[in-house]
Amino acid sequence: MTQLDYILQQIVNAVSLGSLYALVAVGLSIVFGVLKLTNFAHGDVMMVGAFGVALLVGIGVPFPVAVICGIAAAAVAGFLIERIAYRPIRDAPDVARLLTSLAVTYIIENVGILVFTSSPRNFPLPDILNTSWEMSNGAITFTSINLLTIALTFVSLLLLGWFITRTTTGLGMRAAAEDMSAAHLVGLNVNRLIIVAFIVASAYAGLAGILWAAQAGVVQPQMGFTPLLKAFVAAIIGGFGSIAGALVGGYILGALEIFIVAFLPSSVSSYRDAIVFAVLIAFLLVRPGGLLQPNREIKL
Amino acid sequence: MATPSPVLLSVENLEVNFGAVRALKGISLDVHAGEVVALVGANGAGKSTTLRTISGLSRPRGGKIIFDGKPIGGIAPSRIVSLGIAQSPEGRRLFGGLTVADNLRLGACTRTDKEAVVRDSERMFMLFPILKQRLKQLAGTLSGGEQQQLALARALMAAPRLLLLDEPSLGVAPLLVRHIFSALAELKRQGMTMLLVEQNITLALDLADRAYVLRTGQVALSGRSAELRDSERVAQAYLGAAT
Repeated sequence: MTQLDYILQQIVNAVSLGSLYALVAVGLSIVFGVLKLTNFAHGDVMMVGAFGVALLVGIGVPFPVAVICGIAAAAVAGFLIERIAYRPIRDAPDVARLLTSLAVTYIIENVGILVFTSSPRNFPLPDILNTSWEMSNGAITFTSINLLTIALTFVSLLLLGWFITRTTTGLGMRAAAEDMSAAHLVGLNVNRLIIVAFIVASAYAGLAGILWAAQAGVVQPQMGFTPLLKAFVAAIIGGFGSIAGALVGGYILGALEIFIVAFLPSSVSSYRDAIVFAVLIAFLLVRPGGLLQPNREIKL
Repeated sequence: MATPSPVLLSVENLEVNFGAVRALKGISLDVHAGEVVALVGANGAGKSTTLRTISGLSRPRGGKIIFDGKPIGGIAPSRIVSLGIAQSPEGRRLFGGLTVADNLRLGACTRTDKEAVVRDSERMFMLFPILKQRLKQLAGTLSGGEQQQLALARALMAAPRLLLLDEPSLGVAPLLVRHIFSALAELKRQGMTMLLVEQNITLALDLADRAYVLRTGQVALSGRSAELRDSERVAQAYLGAAT
């Protein structure tokens, strides 16, 4: 394998991982934008999507149908979380809201463990998505699920871009994220915007959860924790609350993680997560508002 | 006014608290259709709070707000806009990361009459020609005066029957202030009803038919602009001196 092939391979891996982070981070940023709330339960919504697919395929539903149902289940879960847990405390102090968000996470994960046990179960990926493709005589390999992840992320982010720049609801979501009272004053129905934000963000989390599980090959009730944490980092790097920032941050983080492992000696790269978080801390010192929001401090 | 027109907005004994502080201690005022009414007074007199409460951003603790015969105190801000009250807020409060065109579009977000919205944006470009040149630009990159024009245009895009204006001259270069107030005078000629909060008392009284002078959350004085212009008591209320 030549050096160039190796680099190309790592770029494919980085784009694939970055896509997943971007999908999750975008949802976190959408919700943070309208509510100024870090929705830790976002990772559990991923789990709902992935489990939905696993269970439906288990009873014989065709995979593509199961994926659509899984995304819908995640959207419904997000809707219910907003309605039941967050709306009653919308005007409460930040600390109370943050704790509620954590509590929702623990409740969903523990219910998941109660129903499904905490041991991982197989994620039923159709054979066609499990096949590997080779280029340059086997120097570069990627699986169909890798390609599907990149393609689906690309399409769904284009759709999101259209939504937030062309529709009144999408523009309204960005407006409310910038200035809530001004959004009220122009007559936006902020309550409705928040509901839409949760549904959209959760649908993206569902898709991300399904793709994450497909790459990992397993589903498990606590599977959302790691991607949530990573997406959180990605969103902060990009500028928390900014949808474009979440996207950029996701790909930067994906690339950072892959390249640390690929190009640094293993004695260093085994500290991958520590390095990533060190980069985050350094980054926040220099640019507290994130890449796309210079000079604006993040308040969680 | 020569012919008495119907009362469009009537505020009766309005009380608003901010925590333990009583910001408004029973304010009453009327705005007739087609009239321009100014609220003047020193900082902290309760002018902005009055406008915020009419728009539904603050909840009244007591008293009534009646618009076009319907009580609107405490209902959702978006419904108040739908009923026909739009506000150009203090500090402009534009969506700086959105384009001028998108800010205008959101100004019309409560409306369903698409063709009339297009006609109204043409009217805005007649009133504020600079906005037409800036359509694709982010609102945050406009100058203070341009931002103020956009804030006015955004409020007007709701096709309001009552326009609330909070400090339209604040942070605007003097030359543009004159431009903005001539646009407001043009709106007045077209019959727009306005309730204006303005620090610059000369500008306010020149534009308005009548004015209320607020002091520490109460109406200290009210009357026709021409009468108030020469009144010593206006200056006293402004300075917060005891009468």
